[in-house]
Amino acid sequence: MAVVNLQTLSKNEDLLTGGHRACAGCTGSNILRQIMLTAGRDTVVGGATGCMEVVTTIFPYTAWKTPFIHSAFENCAATVSGAETAYRALKKRGELPVPREQINFIAFGGDGGTYDIGLQSLSGAMERGHNMLYVCYDNEAYMNTGIQRSGATPFGAHTSTAPAGKVKQGKDRHRKDLTKIMVAHNIPYVAQTTPFHWKDLQMKVRKALDVEGPAFLNILMPCTVGWGFDPALGMELAKMATECNFWPLFEVENGEYKLTYKPKADRTPIEEWLKTQVRFKHLFKPGNEGLIVEIQRWVDDEQRKLLKLCGEA
Amino acid sequence: MKQIYVGLTGNEAVATAFKQARPHVAPAFPITPQTEMMHKFADFVADGVVDTEMILVESEHSAMSAAIGSAATGARTFTATSSAGFALMWEVVYIAASLRLPICMPVVNRALSGNINIHNDHSDAMGGRDAGWIQLWCENTQEAYDHALMCWRIAEHKDVRLPVMINYDGFIISHTAESLHILPDEDAWKFIGPKDLKTGYSLLDMDHPITVGPLDLTDYYFEHKVSQIEALKRAPKYIAEVYKEFGQLTGRHYSFFEEYRTDDADLVIVALGSTAGTAKDVIDAQREKGVKVGLLKIHMFRPFPAVELAKALSKAKVVGVMDKSASFGGWGGPLFNEIRSALYDLPARPKIHNWIYGLGGRDTDTKQIVSLIEQLQAIAKGREAETVNLLGVRL
Repeated sequence: MAVVNLQTLSKNEDLLTGGHRACAGCTGSNILRQIMLTAGRDTVVGGATGCMEVVTTIFPYTAWKTPFIHSAFENCAATVSGAETAYRALKKRGELPVPREQINFIAFGGDGGTYDIGLQSLSGAMERGHNMLYVCYDNEAYMNTGIQRSGATPFGAHTSTAPAGKVKQGKDRHRKDLTKIMVAHNIPYVAQTTPFHWKDLQMKVRKALDVEGPAFLNILMPCTVGWGFDPALGMELAKMATECNFWPLFEVENGEYKLTYKPKADRTPIEEWLKTQVRFKHLFKPGNEGLIVEIQRWVDDEQRKLLKLCGEA
Repeated sequence: MKQIYVGLTGNEAVATAFKQARPHVAPAFPITPQTEMMHKFADFVADGVVDTEMILVESEHSAMSAAIGSAATGARTFTATSSAGFALMWEVVYIAASLRLPICMPVVNRALSGNINIHNDHSDAMGGRDAGWIQLWCENTQEAYDHALMCWRIAEHKDVRLPVMINYDGFIISHTAESLHILPDEDAWKFIGPKDLKTGYSLLDMDHPITVGPLDLTDYYFEHKVSQIEALKRAPKYIAEVYKEFGQLTGRHYSFFEEYRTDDADLVIVALGSTAGTAKDVIDAQREKGVKVGLLKIHMFRPFPAVELAKALSKAKVVGVMDKSASFGGWGGPLFNEIRSALYDLPARPKIHNWIYGLGGRDTDTKQIVSLIEQLQAIAKGREAETVNLLGVRL
């Protein structure tokens, strides 16, 4: 069992420097920092094109104290699988530039680079069994290109390509369940978490790095710009997403589901969550009540299915 | 040096050369007619003849992406492609060059869709000619093997560090068994040498972390592109050096382009790839009849040896450029455009005409080349002719 201790973590080196260009209140940089605290210096990081790559690597600056590679939007998993394979090949011949018994390989992609354009490359890398962790920081739209809808955008959310207007009310489809798609790859470790639940997140990172073979983490990333909330409230929203069962915390080890956080029995109604963000504002207009009912129905359904998978119902 | 005389297909010959280079990593995704090359290489791996780690990816896009991740660590890396696979890679092909990664890749030339066609023409390679890669072209299996040995020395040279494409014609070269000379493994290794992992940067140098492929805005992007342009300008010097050393070793002498019976030629055909071989036969026959015709076959298409080519063609009266690809909406094919541009500054320019031929694997026989030479003769005598023509098409 992976143990995460705040005292130890607080002494670990911060591997993402301050001075990167993320927005005020961005929870994405927080996710990167938390992961790197657990992963440590001997880690090669890959980034898909997206917010986190853009804000951390504006030439001639870099916020990364570890090796970092970016090549394109949709190919982070493939790029990192090349580096991971080269590590094994060079190690086998005793030709590593600096000998290391263990190097972590972590690929980061936003929901656009993961749920959508990068899904094929991710699926290929997971199926091939590379010893790497893929992290999706899911802010539920293509934030970096101007908040267009993605496969991760929830039903009813306003985006720049699925706007709420006179006859349409934001996205008309529920989100894709990427976490389950990853479980279907039969990889050793898959989990969902948020940056608010730092201990849960760190424990999952530790487990993901410790398994032999591929691991996948889906991390909800509240986005002040795309969601429309006070920059001070990012962590609050991450917490709330779990309390209303919108973003349950669970892990799947070798196909076995386990709930890692149980919200109170009287879960927060989804309405409370929707109220906090500008992207859902139109749902509260008269005549749109049904949409909120639909979202609640979907969340309850999904939660029921998850509890069953976790042996909790 | 003692060489071994064998019969191999072009794909087998290239796989053999790559085995002799002992690459660390080879991502692979099948596409005809490249497939057989990777089959052969996979056999070498399965038999333990070479300890390369293959990554059996799910697309050519991922093949080039994985090659980038691998080469960024310093590992010797190759992949291979053709046609639509090359087109799918296109985005990442540019990135490999801009990151200055010495990846080697045979492009087993094949027509691009649509309609889908598996046979040889040069539209795939021409689609990627400005990607920043060095592009070398081969006439036959021997040349494909030789270039597959030499490419590592060129790509990995510390003053070059650019990816190299080796072009050879699909099926005509890739699947046709020819006899050729290969080097014994030890001698090939002595020529290629291990990759220098000490100079340059490695993504796996954990003590000196680097950021590869950052965001480049208006303040630096242009300068980085210029560094690529400069690297390509430096490349010919080292390509010539490698050609020379290889010639001394094997007796097979290469240069940026081969001139075949051009010394006193009034008419010169310019071609890439296997067509050059057919043309040589026709030229021999025409010479018997007293026709002063020669051939200029290009090995190094990128960087383009414009000055040297202009000089070589300056004595001709008429130049006929053969393009095995179309440039839709353009005026003539890509090779024609390059050659015509190179000749522009000559004080006295030869006439220059273009023939688009062989698209989708349309057989290019000796009769077609005879007819081309007859047209060149007529033009030399003053007959008016179209600048851009078609050869071997039903009209």
